[in-house]
Amino acid sequence: MTQSSTTIWTIIILLAIGTFLIRFSFLGLIGNRDLPGWFLRHLRYTPVAVMPGLIAPLVVWPAGTNGETDPARLIAAAVALAIGIITKNVVGAVIGGMAALYGAQFLIG
Amino acid sequence: MSPSNPKAAYWQGFRAGSPFILVVAPFALLFGVVATEAGLNIAEVMGMAILVIAGAAQFAALAQMGENAPTYLVLATALAVNLRMALYSASITPHMGGLSLPKRVLVAYLLVDQSYAVSVQKFEETPKMPLNQKLAFYLGVMTPIAPLWYGFSLVGALVGQAIPPEYALDFAVPITFLAITGPMMRTPAHLAAAFVSVVASLLLAFLPYNLWLLIAAALAMMTGAQVELFMERHKP
Repeated sequence: MTQSSTTIWTIIILLAIGTFLIRFSFLGLIGNRDLPGWFLRHLRYTPVAVMPGLIAPLVVWPAGTNGETDPARLIAAAVALAIGIITKNVVGAVIGGMAALYGAQFLIG
Repeated sequence: MSPSNPKAAYWQGFRAGSPFILVVAPFALLFGVVATEAGLNIAEVMGMAILVIAGAAQFAALAQMGENAPTYLVLATALAVNLRMALYSASITPHMGGLSLPKRVLVAYLLVDQSYAVSVQKFEETPKMPLNQKLAFYLGVMTPIAPLWYGFSLVGALVGQAIPPEYALDFAVPITFLAITGPMMRTPAHLAAAFVSVVASLLLAFLPYNLWLLIAAALAMMTGAQVELFMERHKP
């Protein structure tokens, strides 16, 4: 990361304000009004629409290998995702994924 | 069971929030480590943990900052991850919308996945609960969660400075994302949205300024919404 301290703090503060406004939206500003169903239906899928797309290129072209596809990292990603889906345990999935990464790096070399 | 007074409601909330210690502490620790590895100093790590208090969005911001994305794209991505909280805000408003403005500001600041899930469930079970008891319950839920989030972010930042770069921690960000995403795959609509998001982002990765992500996310949201509609229409 090469951002200056000013840029980093700008990001932090704007992110904090934006996040607060999202949380405050209905409680504070919109109140008890009904929203169109189509709008809520799209909102429901925002995390699952953003996160996988954000990760996919990082998994396929990792920064740690300067963008070269790495079997160990692909295996680790698959393990973390599988543990997450099956056990619903985020921390377990992180530990399992990192263990798989070190294991695969050791075996593949 | 409905509590008899605000104090009882507070402790009911505290007990309901306590199991999340096991999730929040390691997650905060990981954030501190990864943020430090990414180049943030301790003040910046803590500023983000305290002011933003939204784990997934904080990781999303880190990932984008690591790619040196322009500020507006870092913000667009992280805020998009947080849009789900508008839903939380909407569904908690019938229960807590009657509070005074300063109290609603406090409730909004503390509106995270855990406080939302536990409180809405409780309020729907006991709709007659008085407003001050609902607030007490809600604050009780967050009492074990918020301080641990701050504290373990700090521990993580201190630990992160001591971890040498050989440990491939660059990959801790994607791994954490996958770990967060796995449990989100609750319905075929969620799976379809995730699939479209992955395929579109890989196909569009040649686009400049991480525009691929915004397009992939929009396509994926539409997919999720359409699959949900389709499933509703074809319910057995």
